[in-house]
Amino acid sequence: MVTHTANIKEVGAAMDQVELRRLESKCSQENPPACTAGCPIHVDVRKLMQAIQNQDWKSAASILQQKQPFPGIISRICDHPCEDVCKRKDVGATVAISNLEKFCLENHAPKIANVGAVPPKSQTVAVVGSGLRGLTTAYDLARKGYIVTLFEKSDRLGGNLWKHPEQQLPAQVITNELSVLNRPNVTIERNAGITRQDLSQLKERFDALYIGFAAQSEDALELLGENSRIDPISCTTPIAGVFAGGQLGNNSPINAVADGRRGAVSIDRYLQGASLTASRDGEGAFESNLFVNLNKIPSLPAVPMSHESGGYTGEEAVREAGRCLNCQCLECVKACKYLESYGGYPKKYLREIYNNESIVMGTRHANKMINSCTQCGLCAEVCPNDLDMGQVCLASRESMVRRGKMPPSAHDFALRDMAFSNSEQFALTRHQPGFDSSKYVFFPGCQLSGSSPEHVEKVYAYLTEQLAGGVGLMLRCCGAPAHWGGDQGQFQTSFEEMVAEWESLGKPQLIVACSTCHSIFREKLPGVVSLWELIKDMDLPVQGAGTNYGKVAVQDPCTTRYEQGIHEAVRHILLRLGCEIEELPYSKELTKCCGFGGLTAFANPGLARKIVENRIKESTADYVAYCAMCRDRFAAHGKRTLHLLDLIFADDLQNAATRPDSGFSQRHEHRARLKRTLLHRFWQTPQEKERGYRTIKIICNEEISKLMEERLILLEDVQQVIEHAEGTGRKFINPDNDNYLAYFRPARVTYWVEYQPQENGFVVLNSYSHRMEIVEEVKP
Amino acid sequence: MNKTDNLPPKPVWKCGKCGGELKHGTVKITYLGNDLRVEELKCLNCGLVLITEELALGKMFEVEQSLEDK
Repeated sequence: MVTHTANIKEVGAAMDQVELRRLESKCSQENPPACTAGCPIHVDVRKLMQAIQNQDWKSAASILQQKQPFPGIISRICDHPCEDVCKRKDVGATVAISNLEKFCLENHAPKIANVGAVPPKSQTVAVVGSGLRGLTTAYDLARKGYIVTLFEKSDRLGGNLWKHPEQQLPAQVITNELSVLNRPNVTIERNAGITRQDLSQLKERFDALYIGFAAQSEDALELLGENSRIDPISCTTPIAGVFAGGQLGNNSPINAVADGRRGAVSIDRYLQGASLTASRDGEGAFESNLFVNLNKIPSLPAVPMSHESGGYTGEEAVREAGRCLNCQCLECVKACKYLESYGGYPKKYLREIYNNESIVMGTRHANKMINSCTQCGLCAEVCPNDLDMGQVCLASRESMVRRGKMPPSAHDFALRDMAFSNSEQFALTRHQPGFDSSKYVFFPGCQLSGSSPEHVEKVYAYLTEQLAGGVGLMLRCCGAPAHWGGDQGQFQTSFEEMVAEWESLGKPQLIVACSTCHSIFREKLPGVVSLWELIKDMDLPVQGAGTNYGKVAVQDPCTTRYEQGIHEAVRHILLRLGCEIEELPYSKELTKCCGFGGLTAFANPGLARKIVENRIKESTADYVAYCAMCRDRFAAHGKRTLHLLDLIFADDLQNAATRPDSGFSQRHEHRARLKRTLLHRFWQTPQEKERGYRTIKIICNEEISKLMEERLILLEDVQQVIEHAEGTGRKFINPDNDNYLAYFRPARVTYWVEYQPQENGFVVLNSYSHRMEIVEEVKP
Repeated sequence: MNKTDNLPPKPVWKCGKCGGELKHGTVKITYLGNDLRVEELKCLNCGLVLITEELALGKMFEVEQSLEDK
């Protein structure tokens, strides 16, 4: 549904009211279902069907009473326009709403609603005629506290209601239901026919008049004469203070009720001095914009009545109500764990984000929600109106950073990881050995280098063999963490550095192995090509039966959502490698994020875990990913997952499929080592040795390594704490076991390590951190 | 009930620099421009302040998060 091809767009300033309204209008979830919109008085049919399914008859009655002035009457004679628009019609047959209402009222009749005391008003209204129009107007105005006098020309209220057969609408029901009008502020004048001559006198006596006849009906024409031009929206006549039925005809009881209700709204507004015309779009039947996806909903025929004349039995009624689709949109919420996890839907979230931005003093409750989106774009793809919550969250993050309101803990670790990758420890720009210019440059990205440095080495060697004209190499981060975190300043700085390096090589064609790098560069740098598109038809080191791996399910990274060329290239390569491809239910333009995108894994690790657990359940086949983070995150949660490069370059595919996630510390180590190895292997630079605290040998068991990983504590953080403690003697000692405990704050985090020195290193026993800074004060 | 039940447990840690006992004292901690004064164990001679794992991951983390959202 989305036609744009870019995940990365220019995003505007923080959301203003106009933008909020524009975005809100794209989310249809709060629109009523078709049945309620199609009902002229907007009975909440969806809720009613739920109540019937739950056999909650009290709720069912109260739902009907909420909108229907005389439910016992209306449920028996309603012409049910709701059924004409019921969405179930297209997948079976329309839900028998009217018969179900009838069932409720006939079998579980509620007590006649006791309206209760309302603050009385002094203004008086005369209602002429006691058909459904007049009755509804009188009832609605009486409920608002007006002093109402109802004039009926015959000796009983109800008008045409008495024409319905007794079997359909028993006389007793009419009498009972109309007893709601027996209240102190309602006077009923029976045998009180009103003529045109009486009108001016009534106008004198009452503050407002309602003529309860259909527009242009004989009664109305007789009474109003030349003043019979009635505005269908406001029910006004040419005479000030005189209102009348605005709708034609008496063939629809429910429209007569709605017409009477409209008259009551107008009279109330008139007597309150409010506008008679403003905001009246929501009255009467209308077409709802609520999107309902009927795909994959099995067709269900209507539940037949065992005794047609007796109506539904209880069991039949429950089953028939069970056919209600409970119409909702929620397309994005159904597809996205993030949107689901906050218990709402975009329109609600938009208001929360807007409010979050508007807070001057106080707590910003939506910060975590804004920082938890993976920015994968799936919501926009499945939304009938292309609402992209990822872009909304990104704009909000950018605004938070600009205003200095971004919680530092959300993205600090990822940004420091990015800084590491762009530091001397990893960053490298070189022409191919023996060349002084480059036709191409290979940009493996920081995560592939951190996860599988051996693949980067092999791919670089492979590309230099296959491509003529010189293949340069650039090691660094593309800047995605800063972009995702909304830090445009850091992103721009990093990007400009990257461009300067690229220009120093003579602007060669950029070959990227990471789809996130691709998504960052594709619109900014000309001719960027993914490794997969480049090599799809080249000789591969292994092909055909070479791998013989069998079936694999493809994980398309979310940053390739609209990259059809990459999707096809990857599948083409897999087929050449002899793999059988299984497509996941969510793949290609519908693909799902692994939970790393948008830095969700840092801002909301619990949610990121749910995202990945949900994704790996989609198939029992081994997955193949072509993003190192997708691969590692799936592997970390126990899913056998290969990187596409494993199939091309790995020697032992069984091991490759179960290789654990590298972890943050090892990724740093891998990157630093990769740089040294490549410099040594390709450019014959002498291998540099580790220096400083990096030479401190740290020994920790698997449990402690896992704990450090969860707490985002790197090996180098631990090394710095120990170097500081051992160098200054500033540490605590436990005299019982001679363990040491020390702290050090290399940057914005204070790290604590409990350790024990051993002959050849230090055994780490525990580690934790905090962001608050301790200000040490020594007594003078 | 033993009277000593109400006393804080004897600290496990001693200052590794001077060998002194840790005593409760006022400690200034700061975050995002906010200064807080709390009673924590410290070495009165060397200034080292003990923040236990429980405190760092419990109360301190809560306060950090709430200050970040202000």
